Amino acid sequence: MNPRRTRLVLVLLVLVSITLVTVDLRSSSSSSGVRAGASAIIGPVQRAVGTVVRPLVNGVRTIGDLGNSRDELARLRTQNEALQAEIDSNRLDSAAAQELRDLQLLAGAGQYRTLPARVVGLGGTLGFEWTITLDVGSRDKVTVDQTVISARGLVGRIVQVGPFTSQVLLAIDPTSGVGTRLEGSDSTGTVDGQGLNPLELRLLNASATVRKGDRLVTGPLGESTFAPGVPIGIVSEVLDTPGALTRSAKVTPFVDYTSLDLVGVVLEAPRVDPRDSVLPPMPAPSPTPAPAGVPAATDPSATPAPLPSPS
Amino acid sequence: MTRSRAGLGVLLVLTAVVVQTSVLARLPAPGGGRPDLVLVLVVAVALVEGPLAGLVLGFGAGLALDLLGDHPLGLLALVLCLVGYGAGLLLDAAERSTFAPLAVVAASAVAAAVLYAVLAFLTGDPRATPEALIRGLTTSVLYDVVLAPFVVPSVGILSRALDPDRRR
Repeated sequence: MNPRRTRLVLVLLVLVSITLVTVDLRSSSSSSGVRAGASAIIGPVQRAVGTVVRPLVNGVRTIGDLGNSRDELARLRTQNEALQAEIDSNRLDSAAAQELRDLQLLAGAGQYRTLPARVVGLGGTLGFEWTITLDVGSRDKVTVDQTVISARGLVGRIVQVGPFTSQVLLAIDPTSGVGTRLEGSDSTGTVDGQGLNPLELRLLNASATVRKGDRLVTGPLGESTFAPGVPIGIVSEVLDTPGALTRSAKVTPFVDYTSLDLVGVVLEAPRVDPRDSVLPPMPAPSPTPAPAGVPAATDPSATPAPLPSPS
Repeated sequence: MTRSRAGLGVLLVLTAVVVQTSVLARLPAPGGGRPDLVLVLVVAVALVEGPLAGLVLGFGAGLALDLLGDHPLGLLALVLCLVGYGAGLLLDAAERSTFAPLAVVAASAVAAAVLYAVLAFLTGDPRATPEALIRGLTTSVLYDVVLAPFVVPSVGILSRALDPDRRR
């Protein structure tokens, strides 16, 4: 093979890439048409493959969860159980039905009109973005900036739409900022993603009070692109930064972003802000819970899913 | 490059991209890393077919991933194009030993990750931090090396099947 020709092609393609990057950075809207076209081609394949491999992925996930267990017998027993569950498609279906019911329950509480969707893809390996691909697209009336929820709370928002698939930027993505409101108050702020680390809350009002155990919802209505009232997470640690203009805190999300499967796209947000009504009921009846308590611990649906340690 | 060769390349890239995003990325991988089938495929083609095929396939595969991702168009195309060219240059060295292709895959995985992180940082991506780069890098490289013994010989078989008379 001619090395000079190879080098010429290399220089040419490098220049083309650099041009693409520059053009795309200048106007990010210029590429949305091309991207929609690409997802129109790959989307249907992703949907088909996603459906075929779903039982496999779920099965492996169940087994993978046991990877830390040292008790070989218990491991094999549960593995056996997981495999049996995989064979028994009825049981899988009922689990999916339960998931769908939970999602409808949450959507009903907030009066969101949602479209159920399945995850068929995850963001690339080299890219740092936290995105998922859903099996619904513009043909299902999905549009950019719509809120995506799961049975537990906020998942993210739609950033790209193809005819058959769409892409969601997860709330844990570092470029994701979610307008938020503290439960039972009018203190607003933003929740920023930190990857697999806890979310970070920044309150706009420096004198606002925030305590460990406070819960967050999206909103308020009209001040955020997100549908209002969707549960986000629970404050796990208040960060005291003396002299800072804003107050910040660490937030443990309600949703386990590493094992998303069934989600709902909010096609229509309610006209009236549901305020705190979507949050699961507080187990402690007193209006001022103990500062160190874990208020949502007794309610299984409100227990924040543990995030895997990055090590 | 013959027409059938180019067609096969397109098919391989599309298959790898779909398997990558819809299957491999969804499997739980301990250690925070993920196997990168697309990268291993690019390196395998470069090792079997040489630097020109490596850089062209790398560009195409990177572009496909760019279109499906949420980062500036062309970034991964640039990274995988350079990685494919680099791996292709090591072709002769890789032919001498069984383990050399594994080393090339490992080196390419590290190079791709670092190069992408630097480019993402330069284009102002706030997600491109040293922690994000280091997190899972070791396990990612390990998974890629595990994939290599399956992918590299498969590409070799396909290449010979298309052109049995070629001196290989």
